[in-house]
Amino acid sequence: MMNLAFSAGVGIVAACGVYLLLRARTYTIVLGLLLVSYATNLFLFASGRLSIDKAPIYAEDTTSYADPIPQALVLTAIVIGLAMTAFVIVVAMIANQKLGSDHVDAGREDDA
Amino acid sequence: MWLVAVIAIPILLCWVPIWGSRIAGRNGSAWGAGLVTALSMLALSQTVQPTLDGGMATETIDWMPTLGLQLAFRLDGLALLMCVLVLGIGALVVLYGRYYLDHVDRDDRFFSFLLLFMGAMLGVVTSENLLGLVVFWELTSVSSFLLVAFKNDKAAARKGARRALGVTGLGGLCLLAGMLLLGEVAGSYALTDVLAAHDQIVADSRYPYVLILILLGVFTKSAQFPFHFWLPGAMSAPTPASAYLHSATMVKAGVFLLIRLWPALAGTDLWFWIVTGVGMTTMVFAAFVALFERDIKGLLAYSTISHLGLITALAGLNTTTAVVAAIFHVINHATFKASLFMAAGIVDHEAGTRDLDALGGLAKYMRSTAILAGVAASAMAGIPLLNGFLSKEMFFKEAVEVGAVTSLALPALATIGGIFSVAYSARFVWGIFFGPETGKLPKTPHPPPTWMQVPVWLLVTLCVVVGMAPALVIQTPLIGIARSVLGEATPAIDIHVWHGFNVPLAMSAAAVVVGALLFRSYDTAAKLREGLPRAPKGVSLYNDALGLAFRFARGFTERCYNDSLTRYIVLVLVSALVVGSSPFLGDGAPDSDMGWDLAPLQREELPALAFIAVLILGAVATVKFRSRRFVALIVVGLTGLGTTLMFVEFSAPDLALTQLSVELATTVLILLALFFLPENSHPEGSSARHGRDWLIAGGVGLGLTALMFAVLSRPASSIADYYIAMAKPGGGGTNIVNVILVDFRGFDTMGEVTVLAVAALAIAALLENVRLVRRRTTLGATVRDDERHPFLLAVMTRPLLPLLLLVAAFILLRGHNLPGGGFIAGLVTAVALVLQFLASGLRWTFQRLDIDYTVATALGLLIALATGAAAMLFGQPFLTTAYTYVHLGPLHFELATAMAFDIGVFITVVAVLLLILVRLGEVGEEEGEHE
Repeated sequence: MMNLAFSAGVGIVAACGVYLLLRARTYTIVLGLLLVSYATNLFLFASGRLSIDKAPIYAEDTTSYADPIPQALVLTAIVIGLAMTAFVIVVAMIANQKLGSDHVDAGREDDA
Repeated sequence: MWLVAVIAIPILLCWVPIWGSRIAGRNGSAWGAGLVTALSMLALSQTVQPTLDGGMATETIDWMPTLGLQLAFRLDGLALLMCVLVLGIGALVVLYGRYYLDHVDRDDRFFSFLLLFMGAMLGVVTSENLLGLVVFWELTSVSSFLLVAFKNDKAAARKGARRALGVTGLGGLCLLAGMLLLGEVAGSYALTDVLAAHDQIVADSRYPYVLILILLGVFTKSAQFPFHFWLPGAMSAPTPASAYLHSATMVKAGVFLLIRLWPALAGTDLWFWIVTGVGMTTMVFAAFVALFERDIKGLLAYSTISHLGLITALAGLNTTTAVVAAIFHVINHATFKASLFMAAGIVDHEAGTRDLDALGGLAKYMRSTAILAGVAASAMAGIPLLNGFLSKEMFFKEAVEVGAVTSLALPALATIGGIFSVAYSARFVWGIFFGPETGKLPKTPHPPPTWMQVPVWLLVTLCVVVGMAPALVIQTPLIGIARSVLGEATPAIDIHVWHGFNVPLAMSAAAVVVGALLFRSYDTAAKLREGLPRAPKGVSLYNDALGLAFRFARGFTERCYNDSLTRYIVLVLVSALVVGSSPFLGDGAPDSDMGWDLAPLQREELPALAFIAVLILGAVATVKFRSRRFVALIVVGLTGLGTTLMFVEFSAPDLALTQLSVELATTVLILLALFFLPENSHPEGSSARHGRDWLIAGGVGLGLTALMFAVLSRPASSIADYYIAMAKPGGGGTNIVNVILVDFRGFDTMGEVTVLAVAALAIAALLENVRLVRRRTTLGATVRDDERHPFLLAVMTRPLLPLLLLVAAFILLRGHNLPGGGFIAGLVTAVALVLQFLASGLRWTFQRLDIDYTVATALGLLIALATGAAAMLFGQPFLTTAYTYVHLGPLHFELATAMAFDIGVFITVVAVLLLILVRLGEVGEEEGEHE
């Protein structure tokens, strides 16, 4: 059941993120991207399976560790996600200033 | 390496003419081109001996061995023949071009392109590897495009060049596909193996595809019907290029390949019907069109198409004697057609026009040119004592002797082709040099410069010598060349001017007599032709097809790419959904017997359940409060917190630390940005729109849930065991995640911090010279001015700074063995510093912390890079860790070079974050602060 709950959590966060992305306003897109990144990172992380109390740090009496590879990948992904968020925000700020609107398809109302 | 040098010299030295023209003007560029050609010839002479002895020279350079791709070259008889044609006629064209281009700007570029083409062509004819051959083949297309479009200020030249590239380029793609398939069928991409695998190839069920694809490449390159139309269009090239590419070399690449692959592909009915069918059609059709051309270069172009058809038809006949005739005609056609093109160029150059209606009576002004052109045209018509006669006789003989079904059709068609050939040759010579003067010439003709005629002289002499004494001059080399293609099957070759009275001679006689009559009644014939219904022209079909393709592409692009970001997202998501859900549905469901893991909850898993609830709560609340910016920022942090807690729960302390510090940085970032984003958002769309969006979002969520659950229900098999086992002995650290980051996968980390730096620089560049208007805000504090910083916050944060820095140092140092490391320490440090900016203002902080963050970013990257490179100094691969244990009094610690790498990462992260946040902080100005 744990696995199902976790999967559902990831799915719901992603769904909320996607919905926000489709709102097509700069701020909602930033929020949506944040949520989608959380979901993606959790997804990647969980591909190494969920294990409790098996941190991949050498310990005297342990032989079984959580998979360190997805962790290493996700660690850098988190940091890069931050840089991307910053980039998107700056673009949003400048677009807002130049276009006078926070609609990402400014001038193309509900044309999706 | 001499053979490689033959090809490499013209390509690598193609800049020499440009350099030469800088030094010595027009003569310099021509001398440069001539010199490079001579060098290539010299290299050829060094490697030619084995070939002359009846063997061949081969050289191989491995390029991509795993793909079977080698730069392999062979110089056998056939390749040598083509090399001699390419280099010999190339040298003559350079000499001729020097005078032809005397009024043209940038002639150095022309010679440079010419050398490039020469190298590509040499590569085609000497390639031993099928794929290498295709590469050079495409290079000839590209370099000939440059040559044809040389007069790029003229629309006709651009159009002709584009069409030539389009047709031969498409053919080249077919050829690539055909060669790949051929290599698969034959089991090797080496020409030698392929040529030996005839039976295996022909028996393979894929043989028809191989054949048709390769023939498409051949027919487009050698301008065979119905792909011939690009060649007349390419006549907008300068005449030296036409003489070189469109008579002697590039268009011969197609028939060369036919002969080259003859031992591997020929011998089937399919081969005969396609190759000979297309060849005969082309020969008769193009000869007919040539007769009625007004442009003398157009006439020669169609004549070339016709003669290429003749060679193609010969190659299709499946007899070894026909192959010999084909090779012979390749040589003969190159000599007489190149000289005719040069003569046409002289006429154009001296009289200023190429129109047969305006030309006439030029023999009076340029007697020697008239004689030369007359002899060459006679060779083209197949008049005895000239080389064209010999190979045409052989063609007639083959046409007569081929199988029963075609016993009448082939000789008849061959004779008809011969008739037209005689007629248009006569019209060419008569129309230009004799006939009445029209008085329509744009300028008074002069005899051409002597040196401009020398190449024509040489070529025409060859026509005559070969034509008169074939047994003496050409028989032995021809046997050698044929042997390199046919091996033991080479037939006895006996070339004589006089074979006695026989059927071919009668055909020749008929062709000459009827052709002469046809020429005499040309006006009547032209009138008759006017009455004939015209078949659709290849050019217009091509243009229609091209127009259709463009319209389709434009329509498709406009439908998808309509500047609406939302539409792109929808398109991407929906296609991902379709592709992603297909394995779950239908028969392809993966391991459907495996089922889903629904094991009951364990006690220790209960906290995780609560964390998942936090996660979901935050996400849903973010959607709910999206229009209340500040609230939304707080609740989205809830999901971040949930994520952090998940990492804590499921054994990922490093991730938890990272996520937590990233949360802080993100929050500060968005807080800063909120000043510049409008408080009242654009109204959202209709409820139908909401419905659609929920549908898509729900689909994505459901899909991701299913995928995640499917992954989690399956047993894990990871490549991690190696890393787990080697972290301590190989990397010298006990924190496996950190060792992976700084050692095993250090290269990835290097790339990732570079991405960080690039993002930060991009942001700095975006904000350069931008002043954004900051909204008046209800939040109170801003980062910039001095007055409004809450006193308490400032007092609290100052003692916090050293404390936080200490924590960061601690995290950095222990990272190799315990949760921590450069990324996390960098984030913590950045947050600590940003806190000072927030609490005390930019100006105050800058006075105390005057650092150029761009430089700091570069410094961090350099440290990481230098650490990696240092390993290379010790002969180790990039980023190999060295470590040792230091015992210093009471201190025992481990020193690893990975630590230096991690410090580089640390500095980069700090600098990047501060660069971003500080730029954001200082960019704004109060509303009304400036007018």
